[in-house]
Amino acid sequence: MAQLRYREALNAALREELRRDERVMLMGEDIGVFGGAFKVTEGLLEEFGERRVRDTPISENTIVGMGVGAAMTGLRPVVELMTINFALLAFDQIINHAAHIHYMFGGQARVPLVVRMPEGAGHQLGPTHSHCLEAMFLQVPGLLVAVPSTPADAKGLLKTAIRDENPVIFIEHESLYGVRGEVPEDEEHLVGFGRARVAREGADVTIVGVSRMARTAERAAETLANEHGVGAEVIDPRTLRPLDLDTILASVAKTNRCVVVEEGWPHGGVGANLAALICEQAFDELDAPVARVTGADVPMPYSKPLEDIAYPHEPQIVSAALQTLGLTDAGPERADG
Amino acid sequence: MAPSLPDPDDAREWLATMTLIRRFEERAGEMYARARIGGFLHLSIGEEATIVGSARALRSDDYLISTYRSHGHALVRGTPPENVMAELFGRVDGCCKGRGGSMHMFDLARRFMGGYGIVGGNLPIAAGIALASDQRGTDEVTLCTFGDGASNQGTFGETLNLAALWRLPVVFMVTNNQFGMGTALRRHSAVTDLQRKGESLGVPGMRCDGMDVCDTHAVVSQAVRRVREERRPVLVEAVTYRFRGHSMADPEQYRTKEEVAEWRARDPIPAFGELLEREGILDEEQRALIDARAAERVEAAVGFAENSPFPAPESLYDDVYVLDQEVRGAYSVRTTSQQTPAAPSQDGTEEIARGAQEIPQQMTTALEAGEDAS
Repeated sequence: MAQLRYREALNAALREELRRDERVMLMGEDIGVFGGAFKVTEGLLEEFGERRVRDTPISENTIVGMGVGAAMTGLRPVVELMTINFALLAFDQIINHAAHIHYMFGGQARVPLVVRMPEGAGHQLGPTHSHCLEAMFLQVPGLLVAVPSTPADAKGLLKTAIRDENPVIFIEHESLYGVRGEVPEDEEHLVGFGRARVAREGADVTIVGVSRMARTAERAAETLANEHGVGAEVIDPRTLRPLDLDTILASVAKTNRCVVVEEGWPHGGVGANLAALICEQAFDELDAPVARVTGADVPMPYSKPLEDIAYPHEPQIVSAALQTLGLTDAGPERADG
Repeated sequence: MAPSLPDPDDAREWLATMTLIRRFEERAGEMYARARIGGFLHLSIGEEATIVGSARALRSDDYLISTYRSHGHALVRGTPPENVMAELFGRVDGCCKGRGGSMHMFDLARRFMGGYGIVGGNLPIAAGIALASDQRGTDEVTLCTFGDGASNQGTFGETLNLAALWRLPVVFMVTNNQFGMGTALRRHSAVTDLQRKGESLGVPGMRCDGMDVCDTHAVVSQAVRRVREERRPVLVEAVTYRFRGHSMADPEQYRTKEEVAEWRARDPIPAFGELLEREGILDEEQRALIDARAAERVEAAVGFAENSPFPAPESLYDDVYVLDQEVRGAYSVRTTSQQTPAAPSQDGTEEIARGAQEIPQQMTTALEAGEDAS
């Protein structure tokens, strides 16, 4: 085990896979000479050269589309987009092509492409650099969606993504890049897709946290235990497609309560989807409605006090969990009002 | 200087292929009118010389990538007309198993890298294919065709810039058929001299007469040679005309009958046939035979398509994901085959509607005991 930051774990995954498989190549804006806007690709240009680590012009749709074409004909490209909001410029290539080519051409072509991008609020970057859009990708059949929340998962999931034959949307979180954690050094350490991580066991309420919210949920669980005597089971789904619903349902069967925490918007979000799935498949297990804690239903504001209340924090999760247990009369301070 | 004629065998093959594409599309139009074909149907009638002249400038290991007007590109690459027609009919023997339809033909084995329904969407993919050719150390070239309308898309500028910057082996061919759907070239593009549109992006231009298969072949051959040797992209403008509407649903109110008649007088197929006759490569009887054979093959294709079954409702979820991935057991997305109702209805629509309700279960995963990699 090594102590690595989330960004270093991602870097290790890229480095190991570039060494392991000559078909792997990286493309992205400022990933080479600059080392990556968040320094994830630092040192890779020096080790692997300009043919395999390619700085691109600012042309998001085209670099993703090139990744699609290259993946169809034998390479395993990893494309970095500087933020998830920039991925909106590439939605044509991501959805119309990356996600659909295998299906629309009757299974003839494969698109083993990884598109990496960071998301998340907290750095006062305003309404075009701060969103959490995993729900948009989650909706698309043909895509796989990974949302690692720890350095170990960042490495293990990225390696799996690169080796997978399907297009993977790999969503990192800007606030996690500096977070340290234990990371296996074994180069064959892979984290399988569709296997949720039970971050903490508990018998009273299930809390599913997406991306950074898995960590926030863990802190909330600590408070629930210490201050309220409530045992919360925290689940990090790790990937949203495929989704390890079985682990979530097994937990709900035990706790009979569920809170879903995400940073993205409430309407049509990950929580909305999960709540529907749980209601459809485990309605009889529930003692309370599935609760959602989400980002506020607004574009992300710049001003710090506004930004702070526009995405979920620990107290909202505690409050939502208590409410499912009927332990408080006060409703959770839902950011979506 | 008029381009020289190809050798007689090639000349006959070009004429036969152009004729096959023409007869195929005429028949497809009829089948569309009879509702045997659904969706949109974009015909390339009038543009056959641009298809055959350019594709015959390629080696078999070169790539061809096209647009939503792509029946001819599949045929010229050698995809059997039976499978192209079956695709139009939405049948299981279609070249994409009935998943793509008219706008999304594909034949990986013949390196026909597809028809694409998004205008300009195929340019980045072409550059990516060329990038892979380059990384693999081959001298393969990718020929990317698109229409005059696509030259206004962001992907045109982005891709030409990137291809020039990275010296990618792509021949970009803008098939200038004078209209982006119903908007005339001079009404959609500030620069109507399309071969020059790549200049500021570092991509030199060339032009060919897209009504003349020999000229198209000569110019595209030169472009392919240049790209293969110099490792830099070239833009070729093929000037042509689409005799039919944009799609079958086009009332063609944006152009005059006289204009269409003027271009029809330059129909590339009779023009080439007559040339071959004049040059003594074919006689009248042989020309008629080529036409009869094409019509016969197209009839066989229609018969084949009609007899091919529709895809089974159970196949609805096939090929959404590749499930034999390298990381075994990393995940498995349950196929819904076993969840799809067994009782077939008349037209299959009921199954599709009911099958769609199974999507939530399809998203769940089956954990495989003992294979937890984490």
